[in-house]
Amino acid sequence: MAKQMLKGNIAIAEAALRAGLEAYFGYPITPQTELLEHLSKRMIDEGRVFLQAESEVAAINMVYGAASTGARAMTSSSSPGISLMQEGMSYIAGSELPVVIVDVMRGGPGLGNILPAQGDYFQVTRSAGHGDFHPIVLAPASVQEAVDFTVLAFDLAEKYRHMVIIAADGQIGQMMEPAELPEMKPVNKVRPDWALTGANGRGKRIITSIYLSGEEMETYNQKIQNRLAEIKQNEQRWTELYTDDCVLLVIGYGTAGRIARSAVDAAREKGLKVGLLRPQTLYPFPDDRISELADYTEGCLVVEMNAGQMVDDVRLAVGGQIPVSFYGRMGGIVPLPDEIVDAIEDTYEKLAIHTPK
Amino acid sequence: MTIQAPEGMELIYSRPESLVDMHTHYCPGCTHGIAHRILGEALDELGMRERTILVAPVGCSVFAYNYFNTDACEASHGRAPAMATGVKRTRPDNIVVTYQGDGDLAAIGTAEIIHAAARGEQITTIFINNAIYGMTGGQMAPTTLPGQKTRSSPDGRDVEIAGFPIRMSEVLATLSGAAYIVRRSLHDVKNIRKAKKAIITALRVQEAGLGFSMVELLSSCPTNWGIQPDDALEWIEEHMVPYYPLGDYKVIEAVANL
Repeated sequence: MAKQMLKGNIAIAEAALRAGLEAYFGYPITPQTELLEHLSKRMIDEGRVFLQAESEVAAINMVYGAASTGARAMTSSSSPGISLMQEGMSYIAGSELPVVIVDVMRGGPGLGNILPAQGDYFQVTRSAGHGDFHPIVLAPASVQEAVDFTVLAFDLAEKYRHMVIIAADGQIGQMMEPAELPEMKPVNKVRPDWALTGANGRGKRIITSIYLSGEEMETYNQKIQNRLAEIKQNEQRWTELYTDDCVLLVIGYGTAGRIARSAVDAAREKGLKVGLLRPQTLYPFPDDRISELADYTEGCLVVEMNAGQMVDDVRLAVGGQIPVSFYGRMGGIVPLPDEIVDAIEDTYEKLAIHTPK
Repeated sequence: MTIQAPEGMELIYSRPESLVDMHTHYCPGCTHGIAHRILGEALDELGMRERTILVAPVGCSVFAYNYFNTDACEASHGRAPAMATGVKRTRPDNIVVTYQGDGDLAAIGTAEIIHAAARGEQITTIFINNAIYGMTGGQMAPTTLPGQKTRSSPDGRDVEIAGFPIRMSEVLATLSGAAYIVRRSLHDVKNIRKAKKAIITALRVQEAGLGFSMVELLSSCPTNWGIQPDDALEWIEEHMVPYYPLGDYKVIEAVANL
């Protein structure tokens, strides 16, 4: 298909529909509302399920119910709404259901503002709900990537029977740029062998997240951990640039990663040996590659639109091999390339002092 | 499991196919067993077992999914009507039943039940009202009567502090999407038979796509009320029925044609 000008939120919505989304439940919240609005027409036109719920709490539980029947189900929201969904997300994780959740992140905490931010990195990667689990988290840095990751999200969710969050900051949701949509895919009516369809000619099936005995619960916890280990092994995704000779590695994701790219290009023009790594999966974090790069890089600069969250994962990945510095803007303020160039120059200078090689 | 009659004898009463042959965890004298039994019989008599998807709540009936011989899922506290909405919208040909207690439906899940009813969601809710939180050990419920002693209203529910109990059938009956809202009681045989009849009607309302249906069942909790099972049944009649009058609160015209 040819490229067309698409707004991020609408691109995600249309990509989900074309990927065979069978049921969408959501609640309006800026800056993701266009996603819900787009599906309110398209899903009904295609004879699929669309419902505007009474709250994010209800929306995620409707997704929980739809996913229990084996349907491709999705919801979308923004930071405060994701907080409300965390209860349902935990139950979904406890019931091994494949669902896709889109988080178009905004400034916080509290009601915060509706500007683009990345302050929910910990929330989506570390604490998407109570109990011991992590969703798979995809972080697009362009409208095209938002489209591609939406399709990928459903495939990963079903491959692993695991929740996938598309963590897009408000910038990705709101901006327009050319992107190519996938071909239209029909809804897959074939139901997996765990789906609730009615016990017709077979034994009953139960979808639950209760494991009363410690042993049973631990066995299930271990099952999640084994699956996460498999996901960690197979699904680390990132892009990198100028990493074959870089002295300083800049790491950023989503919009921050995209702006960091411009900054890295500008720094290269100034003769600085700077590379870029942009994680596309925030969970699993691409720590294998970052650890490898730490072997022949002198330092890292992490750029985020928050007070420094992913920087912890970078520190864990490099394991103290090289110094890690941080540059971030908060409050929904998007850093300009020049600010990042300054941060690169500062860090570069400090590295020269502290690392004689 | 089908129960066989001993040789030479006719089987006149047996466990419904819709119930699993197992012991329940319910306390002696608790009416959950009766509610399960009549719902099971209703599903059998309507031939719905193999099409039914039960949504269990959080509360004493959290393990209802083990006892019904149907597909089932377990909702988070109060969210059964939302989960049931997701199930029903993707499986419109299935019969979807939520089974919820008073804390689940009338406190934490008030928004979900009201909106499911307002949407005319094609689901059936069995609402167990025993005026107390059972599973957590007898705290005040949204339906606890004024003056009723519980573990969290030890001097009796003081309406000046805790406000008034909610009559959910009356509330839901005001909503246009509700097709069939009735209150019955499980305190004696006559009322149990009426309750079963209401459950059958509610399920038929769902099958005919007439809208949201709910049967509220006044139920006993001898353990947490701290009285004997037979006294508990009398307590329903003497104290609960006057505050929660039995009757039909919403029956749309189309129900008569079923």
